[in-house]
Amino acid sequence: MAERRTIRTDYLARVEGEGALTVVFEDGHVEDVELRIFEPPRFFEAFLRGRGFAEAPDITARICGICPVAYQTSAVNALESLCGVEVPEPIRILRRLLYCGEWIESHALHVYMLHAPDFLGYDGAIELARDAPDAVTRGLALKRTGNDVMTLIGGREIHPVNVRVGGFYRAPTRRELRTLVEPLERAREAALQTVRWVSEFDFPDRDVECELVALVHPDDYPLERGRIASTLGLDIAAAEYDEQFVEEHVARSNALHSHRRGGGTYLCGPLARFALNESRLSPVAREAAREAGLDGPCRNPFRSIVVRSVELVYACDEALRLVDAYEEPETAAVPVTPAAGTGYGVSEAPRGLLYHRYRLDGDGTIAHAKIVPPTSQNQVAIEEDLRALVEAHAALPDEELRALCEQSIRNYDPCISCATHFLSLQVLR
Amino acid sequence: MRTVLVGVGNELRGDDAVGLRLVELLRPSVPRGVGIFTCDQEPSRLIESFDGADAAVVVDALEPAGAPGAVRRLDASDAALESRSLRSSTHAFGVADTIELARALGRLPRRTVVFGVEGADFTAGFGLSVPVREALGAAAAAILHELEEMTCTSRR
Repeated sequence: MAERRTIRTDYLARVEGEGALTVVFEDGHVEDVELRIFEPPRFFEAFLRGRGFAEAPDITARICGICPVAYQTSAVNALESLCGVEVPEPIRILRRLLYCGEWIESHALHVYMLHAPDFLGYDGAIELARDAPDAVTRGLALKRTGNDVMTLIGGREIHPVNVRVGGFYRAPTRRELRTLVEPLERAREAALQTVRWVSEFDFPDRDVECELVALVHPDDYPLERGRIASTLGLDIAAAEYDEQFVEEHVARSNALHSHRRGGGTYLCGPLARFALNESRLSPVAREAAREAGLDGPCRNPFRSIVVRSVELVYACDEALRLVDAYEEPETAAVPVTPAAGTGYGVSEAPRGLLYHRYRLDGDGTIAHAKIVPPTSQNQVAIEEDLRALVEAHAALPDEELRALCEQSIRNYDPCISCATHFLSLQVLR
Repeated sequence: MRTVLVGVGNELRGDDAVGLRLVELLRPSVPRGVGIFTCDQEPSRLIESFDGADAAVVVDALEPAGAPGAVRRLDASDAALESRSLRSSTHAFGVADTIELARALGRLPRRTVVFGVEGADFTAGFGLSVPVREALGAAAAAILHELEEMTCTSRR
C-alpha cells in the first residue's frame, strides 16, 4: 500500500510576512512541493490607477516597510525615463546613498535576526541574544546606521517621503551628510566582522543551476541603475523586461509566478548580483569576499548569508564614498512634464530585481501600473530548490526536514509582504 | 527616571494601525516628560525606544479572537507574553518577540506593560473597523491611567 507522508508548516517564522510550505511524499519520493502565498488582491497596482504620476513614489514606498526605497527608486526610474528626464549627478548620488541605507538596514536585519540563528542552532534571535548578546547588539547597531541614512536623506525611515519624480523635495547639505561619516565607518567595521562571523558557519552542500539575473552597470555594483543581465548572456533595457519575462497565475498562490519567456527558471538577489558584478565591488568588499572564501560566482543558496554580509560591507563603503563625492545641487529637483506613454524602471532591491511599469495619460494620470517584486520572481526557483533539497534529504525525520526547509526558504530572504503584500509556512509527509 | 509610550502598527493594514492611532490621540494629554514613539513591528526601532527608560507602555493590535474591540492589559515586566495573540504578521518579529529580545539583551524597561486592542480586519487598506474605532476611548483612558501611575511611581 502506498505510503503518503505530508510535512506541513502553517506558519513560516522569520521571513518578512506570512506564507506556507507544503511538501508531499508518495512512497518515499517527493510528489509535490508548494510554497503558498496569500496575496490580497493587487491592492497597490489598483490603487495607483487614476492617481497622478507624482504620487507613485509615495504610494509604492508603502508596499514594504523594509524596502521602501527600492519601490520609490524603480518608480521614479520608470517615470523619469518616460518623461525624458535625467536627474543631475548630485541627485543620483543622493538616491544611491539612500539605497545604501536601505541595503544596510535590510541585510543587517536578515543576517542577524532572521538567518544566523538557523546556522547556529537557535530557534531565533531571542535565544541567540541570550548566548551571543554582542553579536545581536552589533546587528542592531548596523541596522540602526542604515535607518539613520534613510532618515537623513529620506526624511523618515519607515516610508521615506522625500523622494519625488525629478529629484527630492529637499536636498541635504554637505555638512548634514558629514554627520554620517563616523557611524558609517563604525558600521563598515561591524560589517567586516559580520563577514568573518558568518563565513565560519557550516554550509550544507547545494548548488542551484538556474539562470542568475541581476542589473549590471559598467561603473558600479548595481543598486539604483543598470541593464538587466544574466549568466546566460541576457543584456536588455528595463523596457524589454516584458519581452523576456512572464508572470503566470498559479491556482494555489495569490502571487504571480515569474519565469523566462520560453519556460526557464531564474533567480535574482545577492547570488545573482555577486555572480555578475563581483569585479565592481569596492576593494574592501572584494577583499572581504575573498577572505570569506568567495572567489567567483557562488551558487550555494546557503552561502547567500555570506554574500549578503559582503554586500553590507560594500553598502557601508559605498555610502562613505558617496558622502564624500556629494556636491549640493543647485536645485533639489528638476521639473518634469508628464508625457503620454509607457515608462519602465528597475533597481536592485535588497532581495533582487524590482520591476515597475506605468502607463500615463497625457495629463500625467496613471492609467495602468505593473509591479514585479523580487520574491515573486524567485518563487519558482525557491520551489525547485526545495524540491531537490527534500529529495536529497528525504530520509531525515520530519522535524529536521522541516527545519532544513525553513532555513532554505530564508536563504532567499523572501519578503512575502512585498510579493503578496503578506506570508505563513507548511511541510507534509 | 523616564517613561515611554510606544505605538506599534502598520497604517496600511486596517486595524493593525490601532496602536498608532491611540498614540496620536494621547499625544496632547500624556503626563509631562513621557517620551512618545511610533514604529512598525521592527525589532531595533522598538528596542531603541526603550533605551534609557525605566517604564514603558506599548500599544499594539491583537489577533481576532471573537471579541473585536476588546482591550487587554498584559504585564511583560517579569514574564514573557504569550506571543500568539499579538500581531506578528507583516514582519518577522512581533511585539512579544521584540520584548523578549530586549529582555535577553538587558534593554527591557523594569516595568513594561502592553495594551492590546483586538482587531477585526487586517486586510490591506486604510481605516479602523467600527468595533475598534468604538474601543478607542476606553483604551486611551486605560493607557493614560497606566502612564499616570507609572510617572507618579517613578517620581517617588
